[in-house]
Amino acid sequence: MIALLTRDLKLAVRAGGGFGLGLAFFLILVALVAFGVGPESALLARIAPGILWVGALLACLLSLDRIFALDREDGSLDLLATAPLPMEGIVTVKALAHWITTGLPLVVAAPLLALMLSLPGEGYLWLFLSLLLGTPALSVLGTFGAALTVGLKRGGLLMSLIVLPLYVPTLIFGAEVARRGAGGLSVEVPLLLLAGITCATLALLPFASAAVLRVNLR
Amino acid sequence: MEMKVTDLAVARGGVPLLAGVSFTLAPGRALILRGPNGSGKTTLLRALAGLQPPLAGEMSFDREAVAYGGHADGLKAQMTVTENLTFWAAVHGLREIDPALTAFDLEGLRDRLAGTLSAGQKRRLGLARLMVTGRPLWLLDEPTVSLDTASVGLFAEAVRGHLARGGMAVIATHIELGLPEAEVLDVGPLKAVLPAAQLDDFDEAFL
Repeated sequence: MIALLTRDLKLAVRAGGGFGLGLAFFLILVALVAFGVGPESALLARIAPGILWVGALLACLLSLDRIFALDREDGSLDLLATAPLPMEGIVTVKALAHWITTGLPLVVAAPLLALMLSLPGEGYLWLFLSLLLGTPALSVLGTFGAALTVGLKRGGLLMSLIVLPLYVPTLIFGAEVARRGAGGLSVEVPLLLLAGITCATLALLPFASAAVLRVNLR
Repeated sequence: MEMKVTDLAVARGGVPLLAGVSFTLAPGRALILRGPNGSGKTTLLRALAGLQPPLAGEMSFDREAVAYGGHADGLKAQMTVTENLTFWAAVHGLREIDPALTAFDLEGLRDRLAGTLSAGQKRRLGLARLMVTGRPLWLLDEPTVSLDTASVGLFAEAVRGHLARGGMAVIATHIELGLPEAEVLDVGPLKAVLPAAQLDDFDEAFL
């Protein structure tokens, strides 16, 4: 399992691995919003939590179709399926590798980009915490979508259509944590709900992903 | 461990291909699968490897003993020969990759990226992967594609060494591998017959 994780991380940072693409997309998206809305810091500050969360979510989506498609093309997926690793373990490691290469950089970069959107000072900690709690769920849900569409040519768009609705609960509570944090309100309830959603997806979805992957390999 | 397959039937894309496949393989023996294109050799191997469920029949052998080698080699173009082999060895809980490199004459290519290898060299690397799995039952689908005569010789030597260590191999191939001691199973005559009545019913549903 550790070998699979280090291989995926290694591949991500090598040529054509796509590391940093999501981050660059996030950066550009936030910059575009800042340019588009114009120099109205009061308005920007109000929409900043929502924009940052939607941006993180779309950046996550960008690299999802690579999770299994490349391994499927070169035959590694068949070989991994016959290897002594349980399929549930394989999908979990794949989701973890996706989170480390895509989700974690977004979490770290978001507070810096929040400066561009003039997020109020109290909001930074909560924005960071909400993304840290929420992005693992995005990776795990995305891995499920990638597993569903792994056999399809040009399955990327279909996968986005499947995955984006699944992201809605995470988005609602994640953005709510950041918004309330920025407004100086109590964040306890949405933070707990966000954590609950992440825990539930982490606990349940690897089994679903493994099951659909087994069907798709036939 | 003995490999025993009884009355196995397999289907691809919902179409039954083979029925009544039965054979027994003792340790140290190899089985060559022959048959025309589309006769179901790949599907049979995938069913034996546990990648797809069979329609009917029984397979009695340890699933954890299987090393599958399909049409694709499972190599990552951005990793070196050593990294590719080390990865598969680690997945199977082994460390030693040198005997596999030697057996397939890959020592000179250790630090080359797999993406820069020729088709034959890639295939040799894909076959070397079998040796680092440490598993006794090799299921191979057209292993000699894009190999030259000398490399086919290396492959036959590797299979013979594997059998001598008590391993087993089921190999689908069209060419002569130079393994006269292997048993041969021609899957051509085992073609699944579609029950005619069932087909008629199926059509009527749309008429």
